[in-house]
Amino acid sequence: MRIWKFGDNVDTDQIIPAEFLTTGDAKALAVHAFSKVRPEFAVAVQEGDIIVAGSNFGCGSSREHAPRALLGAGITCVIARSFARIFFRNAINIGLPLIEADVVDQIDEKDQIELDVDRGLIENLTKQEAYSFQPLPLFMQQLLKSGGLIKYIKAQQT
Amino acid sequence: MPTIAEKILGEKAGKGKAARAGEIVECDVDYVMVNDVTGVPAFEVFEAFGPEQSIKREKVVVVQDHYVPNKDVASAEQAKALRTYARRYKIAHYYEIGRGGICHQVMIEDGFAAPGRLIIGADSHTCSYGALGAFSTGVGSTEAAAAMATGTLWFKVPETQKFVVDGALQPFVMGKDIILHIIGDIGVSGSLYRAQEFYGTAIEQLSLSDRITIANMAIEAGAKTGIIPPDEKVFTFLKGRVRGEYSPVYADGHREDYEKIYEYDAAEIPPTVARPFVPENTAPARDLDVTIDQAYLGSCTNGRIEDLRVAAALLQAPRRVHDDVRMIIVPASDRVFQQAIAEGLIQTFLAAGAFVCGPTCGACLGGHMGVLAKGERCVSTTNRNFIGRMGHKDSEVYLANPAVVAASAITGRITDPNEL
Ligand code: SF4
Repeated sequence: MRIWKFGDNVDTDQIIPAEFLTTGDAKALAVHAFSKVRPEFAVAVQEGDIIVAGSNFGCGSSREHAPRALLGAGITCVIARSFARIFFRNAINIGLPLIEADVVDQIDEKDQIELDVDRGLIENLTKQEAYSFQPLPLFMQQLLKSGGLIKYIKAQQT
Repeated sequence: MPTIAEKILGEKAGKGKAARAGEIVECDVDYVMVNDVTGVPAFEVFEAFGPEQSIKREKVVVVQDHYVPNKDVASAEQAKALRTYARRYKIAHYYEIGRGGICHQVMIEDGFAAPGRLIIGADSHTCSYGALGAFSTGVGSTEAAAAMATGTLWFKVPETQKFVVDGALQPFVMGKDIILHIIGDIGVSGSLYRAQEFYGTAIEQLSLSDRITIANMAIEAGAKTGIIPPDEKVFTFLKGRVRGEYSPVYADGHREDYEKIYEYDAAEIPPTVARPFVPENTAPARDLDVTIDQAYLGSCTNGRIEDLRVAAALLQAPRRVHDDVRMIIVPASDRVFQQAIAEGLIQTFLAAGAFVCGPTCGACLGGHMGVLAKGERCVSTTNRNFIGRMGHKDSEVYLANPAVVAASAITGRITDPNEL
């Protein structure tokens, strides 16, 4: 597991530039994730990695391709001071976990962290620190646990 | 004592009363719009999910706009896939190139957007229809698919911020300057998770077109939607155009209903430019000394007939586009294009040395028809100036109103039209 750190206002054009929007496939999109601003990301990212960012992560377009690209890249959680709201909804609706926590200054890229989503706790094993966060509203937790909106609706229907 | 957003969401949730900020509600949506970028993934999700007959076809609007005319084989395949889905599901509200335009302009011109409606679109600038008093917001493809299948979607009811702009606007100051000024003040996350409402004498005096520009850019401050209480201008526009009935919704207007109230004096807003790489990076046009390579007039933000008229008035002979500048003009819809031809505006543009083409998103998102090379600068009437938004990551986009773009095209550097 490694941490990828980003600053404020990471927009969807940075996450996945518009020229690659001709597919919706998560794995195919992942190859171009952050290709304009951080080309090494797509090369080195591994299953289980976590993004830690500043405020307004995912601002800009409604392209679900952005959270899909991160899911396809193997990112298991994005932690940010705040999220742009369409990105926030998209991520939850496709089952990409998000944590709203102001920890970008506390966590370094080489740190090892562990998440306890139910208790709302981020443990920094490297620095031996813990940071708490407000868990998502129950409804959104249910969406995530179901694996996203579609699976949630299906489960409701049966 | 609710806000417009709380009233519309409460009504659409079938509560018989307003919803409260913070509540999570499931609402009936009036329309679901998808385009050629977001539509194919939406239909794919729908197919993996819904029984074919469940599609709420009368609510679905499909518009080809982002990469049409197709720029390459991949985008042609995408457009074809979308067309195939539209046929398979007998989508009547399907807009082919040449018979529509940019999705938001189509939604407004063709009577989908109306006061009191709840409209979602798989495009972030769906918030534009707030200019007509709708609660409209951008969603992702999965949500669009869910709404296609069920006709409903979940919403977290937002808190509302109120923006009051009073007074008379200075010459060449437009809706674009008002919204850039506000974003410059509150920042690109200033309205995160919030709804915006706009009031004041300056807003009342604006044309519907300028109000659409304002609502269009609500998302650039992070807002879920930006709503302007509908008035006679809206009702007149909708006559003979709107589909079905609608009922306007107004706030009760108590100060305590709003999370925050911002007040501005219209007279203090100059022609404003947002410099790279965030829309909050604003400055008066007259304070900038920036040479440009390209001037772009178009998009769902400022590609309407009113915008073209403003630009054409400035580009009258003997004025011409500067030798070192390419000016690209893209009407927002086929209707706007035809109207511009009828009014002689296109002739003016061509005579001035501008390039004009039919409606498409095209260069606005760095797709095609005006992509920027490394190091190039563009002054643009669009809504985003992110890194690489219109092309190379080392190109720059300066956001401005149509008058500033036209004036800059003439002088070759960013120019306040009052200086011409
Ligand atoms: S014109 Fe630009 S902002 Fe508007 S819908 Fe098209 S790409 Fe998006």
